[in-house]
Amino acid sequence: MNGGHRRLRSLGRALPLSPAVVLLLLFLAGPIAYCAWIAFTDLQLTGQAHASFVGLDNFRRAFRDDAFLNAVWLTLVFTVVSSLLGQNTLGLALAALMRRASKPVRTLTGGVVVTAWVLPEVVAGFLLYAFFRREGTLNALLAQLHLPSQNWLFTLPILAVSFANVWRGTAFSMLVYSAALNEIPREVEEAAEVDGARGRRLWWHVTLPMIRRSIGTNLMLNTLQTLSVFGLIWVMTRGGPGGRSQTLPLFMYETAFQNSMIGYGTAVALLLLVVGSLFSVVYLRLLRTEV
Amino acid sequence: MARTVSSRRLGRRLAADTGLLAVAAAFALPLAWVLLSSVDPHADLRVKAPDGLTLGNFDAILTPDITFTPLLNSLVLCGGATLLTVVCAVLAAYPLSRFRSRLNRPFLLTILFATSLPITAIMVPVYALFVRVDLIDTAHGTILFFAASQLPFAIWLMKNFMDGVPKELEEAAWTDGASTLQSLARIVLPLMGPGVSVVTVFSFVMMWGNFFVPFMLLLTPDQMPASVSINEFFGNRGMVAYGQLAAFSVVYSTPVILLYLLISRRLGGGFALGGAVKG
Repeated sequence: MNGGHRRLRSLGRALPLSPAVVLLLLFLAGPIAYCAWIAFTDLQLTGQAHASFVGLDNFRRAFRDDAFLNAVWLTLVFTVVSSLLGQNTLGLALAALMRRASKPVRTLTGGVVVTAWVLPEVVAGFLLYAFFRREGTLNALLAQLHLPSQNWLFTLPILAVSFANVWRGTAFSMLVYSAALNEIPREVEEAAEVDGARGRRLWWHVTLPMIRRSIGTNLMLNTLQTLSVFGLIWVMTRGGPGGRSQTLPLFMYETAFQNSMIGYGTAVALLLLVVGSLFSVVYLRLLRTEV
Repeated sequence: MARTVSSRRLGRRLAADTGLLAVAAAFALPLAWVLLSSVDPHADLRVKAPDGLTLGNFDAILTPDITFTPLLNSLVLCGGATLLTVVCAVLAAYPLSRFRSRLNRPFLLTILFATSLPITAIMVPVYALFVRVDLIDTAHGTILFFAASQLPFAIWLMKNFMDGVPKELEEAAWTDGASTLQSLARIVLPLMGPGVSVVTVFSFVMMWGNFFVPFMLLLTPDQMPASVSINEFFGNRGMVAYGQLAAFSVVYSTPVILLYLLISRRLGGGFALGGAVKG
């Protein structure tokens, strides 16, 4: 078989890849490249033709813009509270409890938590909006316990949307950790128990080290998902009141569309994309043995 | 001795059950609100027993304007994009799974990298790009973008499922002179029905619930899928008509919950994305 023939054959074999590659290049790689270009221009919503190259102006402007810094800070709070502390820890706790619980309770809890996850984002937003409103369920419960009620969406909007994200996203961590815990051979834990390791020590020295790769993967995916939450916050607070729950995606949207500064909004998008890519790379490294 | 071990085990089980039930109750409260309010003639924002049962809320929203057109739009957008995603993913997974090539690894790494990119971040440039190439406010433009955004994960999942189909059967077909596409269609696909249905349902469910993509790429109210139109409804009327909002939420959410049940059953309850992204 000569080289030309072989090349032709491998070309033929790669042919089924082409629809996917074309779609990905045009609609995913294209916009990313375009993003990297218009982030350095002063493109506005009106007058597309006259965008000019402005270098790093958009970025300089961002770091002097209090609204941007506020959004960075809120994104950090939102990510730490809802993803690291909330979804991840609660998901692990649920998975651990499920191993010991009776089957009906396990099925019921799993069903409820997964339903919250499967619901469309906007519906989840309404449900949690109703839950946190002044006239909502949370305050009704607090009143029963004789605790003061308040309008959570006004007093602590970022915490309210963080809890909403925990409600919506915990199922994913729970499923990941359930799968990971099920893969630990029973003998390992039993052997450790025979050696006298119990409760917290068993967890700390045996169980957690055995699922550390799942923990890494899950943290990365949770964080990436949380970085791109838009609909949930939009429905609950629109980023308000007064920008107090305006995370970066909402800030980006407002800058680009309500304030018509596409160039500036895209610069913010590019920063978000870069942060996301860094997390992605770490995630790939965690998985590197599997590809 | 045996008794203390078993009573300790029982105690642990009770503690675990209690803990889980507490969490389940907290998670169930918002769900209870939507179910109860949808049949409550005087629904408000808190969970309460309905003042009598009514289907009036459903009656009020089951009109072409409020429900049928947006759901049909959702179906066209998500169905079209899912079809495109699944066809492209099956085709792409085949060479990745079956033939050795130096390019497989870098390609798969790129795909995996793309699965975790925050799509939200590129929506502003996608909007600007779509305005330029005249795809803005078109169903086909939105379908193409939806498909592209879901494709990396679909390819990744599909390739993993295809790896599970033994290669020997195809080798026999190849010696009989079957082409790549023939062996894919006649031998591999029939053997990976569950895999294909998982990718299909998963893609569909993700798009059905997606708000930001159609919110950015579509402008005309008539074209809006339910994920966006529900928001308009809520903004204009839902502030007072909570029962109707709840009824709409139920109608809009039911298909994805049923679909999820379908695949989780099919895979013996073991379908966790955990299996797909196991680490």
